[in-house]
Amino acid sequence: MSLLATAGLTAFYGDFQALYGVDVTFEAGETVAIIGANGAGKSTLLKTLTGLIPAAREAVRFAGEAIGGLSPAHILKRGVALAPEGRRLFPSLTVEENLRIGGDHRKGAGPWALETVYDLFPALRERRHAPSTALSGGQQQMVAIGRALMSNPRVLLCDEISLGLAPIVVKDLYAALPKIKTSGCAVVIVEQDIVQALAVANRVYCLQEGRVTLTGKPQDLTREAIQEAYFGH
Amino acid sequence: MILAVDTLLQGVLLGGLYALFAAGLSLIFGVMRVVNLAHGDMIVLAAFLIFAIAQAFGVGLGVALLIAIPAMFAIGYAVQFVLLNRVVGRDILPPLLVTFGLSIFTQNGLLAVFSADSRRLSAGGLESASIALAPGLAIGVVPLMTLAAAIVVIFGLNQIFYRTAMGRAFRAVSDDPAIAQLMGVDNRRVFATAMGLALAVGAVAAVFLGVRANFDPSIGPARLIFAFEAVIIGGLGSLWGTLAGGVLLGLAQTIGAEINPEWQLLAGHLVFLAVLVVRPRGLFARGVG
Amino acid sequence: MGAGVSSSSSSAALAAPTSRFRVATGTRASFVTGALAVVVVVGLIVAPSFVSRGTLKELFFVLTLIALAQYWNLLAGYAGILSIGQQAYVGLGGYMLFALTAFAGFDPIVAIVVAGVIGGLVAIPAARLIFRLSGPYLGVGTWVLAEVFRLVFAQVKSLGGGTGASLPTSVTNDAWSVKWVAAAEGLRASAARDRLAYWLAVVVAVGTVALVYKVLRSRQGLALAAIRDNEAAASSIGVDQMRAKLWVYVVAGFGASLVGALMFFETARVSPDAAFSVIDFTAYVLFVVVIGGIGTIEGPIVGALVFYEMRNWLADFGPYYLMALGALAVATMLFFPSGLWGAFSERFGWRLFPVQRRLIVCERSGEP
Repeated sequence: MSLLATAGLTAFYGDFQALYGVDVTFEAGETVAIIGANGAGKSTLLKTLTGLIPAAREAVRFAGEAIGGLSPAHILKRGVALAPEGRRLFPSLTVEENLRIGGDHRKGAGPWALETVYDLFPALRERRHAPSTALSGGQQQMVAIGRALMSNPRVLLCDEISLGLAPIVVKDLYAALPKIKTSGCAVVIVEQDIVQALAVANRVYCLQEGRVTLTGKPQDLTREAIQEAYFGH
Repeated sequence: MILAVDTLLQGVLLGGLYALFAAGLSLIFGVMRVVNLAHGDMIVLAAFLIFAIAQAFGVGLGVALLIAIPAMFAIGYAVQFVLLNRVVGRDILPPLLVTFGLSIFTQNGLLAVFSADSRRLSAGGLESASIALAPGLAIGVVPLMTLAAAIVVIFGLNQIFYRTAMGRAFRAVSDDPAIAQLMGVDNRRVFATAMGLALAVGAVAAVFLGVRANFDPSIGPARLIFAFEAVIIGGLGSLWGTLAGGVLLGLAQTIGAEINPEWQLLAGHLVFLAVLVVRPRGLFARGVG
Repeated sequence: MGAGVSSSSSSAALAAPTSRFRVATGTRASFVTGALAVVVVVGLIVAPSFVSRGTLKELFFVLTLIALAQYWNLLAGYAGILSIGQQAYVGLGGYMLFALTAFAGFDPIVAIVVAGVIGGLVAIPAARLIFRLSGPYLGVGTWVLAEVFRLVFAQVKSLGGGTGASLPTSVTNDAWSVKWVAAAEGLRASAARDRLAYWLAVVVAVGTVALVYKVLRSRQGLALAAIRDNEAAASSIGVDQMRAKLWVYVVAGFGASLVGALMFFETARVSPDAAFSVIDFTAYVLFVVVIGGIGTIEGPIVGALVFYEMRNWLADFGPYYLMALGALAVATMLFFPSGLWGAFSERFGWRLFPVQRRLIVCERSGEP
């Protein structure tokens, strides 16, 4: 039984259909990359997994339990956390408060707490009382990831963490991922930066216009196959 | 000279009462971006509640207040959960109309139950007690207590806002309700708690209102306007700013009344409008819009 | 009242040589309404010959309420400005009527119109002030403004100060228009004044509905709807928001002052508390609009009729009457956010005063 799985997942924004019957699975302890062009439905997929967009009840299962359509708060309690696209930190809260609020409603015990998050991202420790808006983009991304980790999730979803960041900053961020993995958390990264994504992932899904067009292990996939799946030609 | 100092003192002390009126309003708007048009009527409701408890159980005001505070919290929680949570959102019209309807309902409900007679809360002689500061200069004990209560309440609210998990939730929900949900925050409970807290503070305001002057079911809207003016003058997003706004309003009104008793309210309104012209965001505004 | 189905309204902008679409606002129901409206208006005009003076006063009340509600609706429903302070202009209109007739000797009809214009003019600097607030705070700001007006007028001794003033008989009995009606209908002065006020109310109510309808069907109307629906998008397509909002606020100020002047001509007495009453000129209007439906033209008419009925039923019950109104308004907003009329028209798709534009796909180009 997969840790997190979808079956025939569809999603709509009003009348516009963004996902057409998507089937993906995520197992404990693995790192999965979801790649695709802009508008392919990657972020939409994460939003349905976390309850920000409604989904059919049976379409999403966590540890066997049907969780589609539940509220984000309920899904968080079960162990799915999101570092959202664009970071979306709370401007009225300091760095430390942003982290704390991530953990205020956690259900399970686990390795992640303020100190361990600061160990993971030492730059944050120095700026713990700064307003979250005063940080650089890369540091804000660290806070976003840390905030999600504070709930001790079993699945961490990262939506476009490299967006708008310089390559060296992205490298630092990705260097943290293996440590997250060893803590027992499955990591799902949605990325436009294919190179980084494939470098860390155990498995890859490619989405195109709301459908899964490719799946497999990075080492098994040819560049042509990826290009075909990504762009459709 | 003494007169001037006396006027200033009275103004500041009056400001304490206005700050108490305004604190709850400021809290609600800060968390939910809703203006509760029934806010003033809720304070009057609390005053009548305290009055009724004191009469029914023959207890002093202190005890009545201790009972009224949780009662008002419960009322606020319920009103928010049952009524206002359904209309909180991007649209500003529904909450305004619902709270307006609530205001009319409350005023007339009080009228039906208590009649239009004015009441007064009796503080066993404390109303007339005063402290002499200098020959010819004295301040009333009750106004002083009012200002002190305002300072304590605002200090307490700030502590809640900035040092507790609930306060974090308040600020997070105000910033970004969708992401707050993602963090496990139950927005409905947060809103309801904020409203409950606001009305609980209203109970404190009510006891000082009722001791200081007569009250009847119709005075709610005027209190709302004072609360609102204090919040705007002080600046949105800052509770200490609200205190300052209340004091400024109190000063404006008292000085106006000193010039001509009929000009008391107008003086307050004019200062409010002046602040709007000169510093539309208020004197001590903070934070994102 | 309805646009003919066979004519295309403001579709010129969309027309390409082989356009296969036209834009129309007419519906079949709107035809029926057009006919009914004519009947109703004629009936209203001749009513005084058939109904009692008391009934005329009631009709006057409903008509002025409909007019006030249309202006409020325009403000809130289409420009997104929530005013709980329109009583500022109503009272201003009332006081201007007094000043213009009693001091400047204007005929009431002229004074009423001029009072409206004054209201519109005053709205301009007022807007500059209170538009610095936004959203719900703007609403309370309008209320503060009304309070300021009330307190200021209470200080004006020549207009009666705090206790108010009555219209002198030189106006109520001897004004040219009153005398004309008295002579034409063979009535005493007070009955003539009632009748004159009533007819003016018919003109104002019908005129307001027509004006609002015309505005909303024009380009301004599209602009307003765009602002209401999405401010950010509206500014991106070049709509000058502040101007449009100001314009609507000025029209609403004009309208409220016009109606206010008319109302106080009818009662012949003005006082600060009555003129600037938040209950009479905001609460009642809010109920009407909420119950009938915000953002439509039919809504306030339906609402005014419902309100009038409720008032007759419940007026004997004192505070319970207003409690019931308050509860009804709350319940309506919770369960029927588009009002009773809104719920009705959504269910059946009826639009009596169609202002939405519908895109009609034609089978062949060149179809009439």
